[in-house]
Amino acid sequence: MAYSEKVIDHYENPRNVGKMDAQDASVGTGMVGAPACGDVMRLQIKVSEEGVIEDAKFKTYGCGSAIASSSLVTEWVKGMTLDQAAELKNSEIAEELALPPVKIHCSVLAEDAIKAAITDYKDKQK
Amino acid sequence: MIDIKQNYFELLALPVSFQVDGVQLSARYRELQKVLHPDRFAHLSERERRLSEQYTAFLNEAQTTLKSPLKRAQYLLYLQGWDTLSETSVTMEPTFLMRQMMLREELEEAGSAVDPESALGSLSEEVSAELRGQRQQFEAQYIASEFDSAAGTVRKMQFLEKLVLEIEALEDELLD
Repeated sequence: MAYSEKVIDHYENPRNVGKMDAQDASVGTGMVGAPACGDVMRLQIKVSEEGVIEDAKFKTYGCGSAIASSSLVTEWVKGMTLDQAAELKNSEIAEELALPPVKIHCSVLAEDAIKAAITDYKDKQK
Repeated sequence: MIDIKQNYFELLALPVSFQVDGVQLSARYRELQKVLHPDRFAHLSERERRLSEQYTAFLNEAQTTLKSPLKRAQYLLYLQGWDTLSETSVTMEPTFLMRQMMLREELEEAGSAVDPESALGSLSEEVSAELRGQRQQFEAQYIASEFDSAAGTVRKMQFLEKLVLEIEALEDELLD
């Protein structure tokens, strides 16, 4: 199967790969996995007091589409408010990366990851 | 001839169980392979030859499924109405995922270790032990008809099996 140019670009030059301190109260961590392919994805956001995502990092073990999806999401959510980021849809990711139908689940994984990170951050503020 | 309405266990004359007698499985598989040998169909019509190809595909699928502990577990659940094959998005315990992340990081580091072979060897043992543990857990849950928990265990097995394959791939790479 041929990957789109955008997938290859993110795969070869992934943006924002890394790790933040999961204990930091201003950091939200989302961990998700896809059993069918054994992919594991960690997406973290650093949120300002105003509720704006200042920074985002990810680490993904998986196929090119999963890496590209999470890389793209970290690029997109920077500067977004939590509410804006929570509205991100997997279909937007899939469209941007021109994912074929069999790889749509990779974009779902990335959407789940950002949602999990937001939930984790909100839980910490309670 | 083969009845493709049978389940894989019936076809291969094995009890429906997570424990499978490998010797019996291969023996019965070879027996059926002989019955379906293309030479026996060479003189028959195209329709019958096509049928024999379908039977062979069914038999091969049955054998592959029952031979692999993961596929066997998934098939057992499938027979109970649980489809763990086509699910895409499921919630997994964060601690389990964290552990998977860590093991994959260890694999990455093992490749560049001073002694990559021994680093890989100990990682491989660790992962195999965890996989064995999950298989035992699956069997206990399956026997107890706790199919929901058993499906959760199958998902964990999928992550660990994938990791085993990745470790083996890296080992092969290092040998070359």
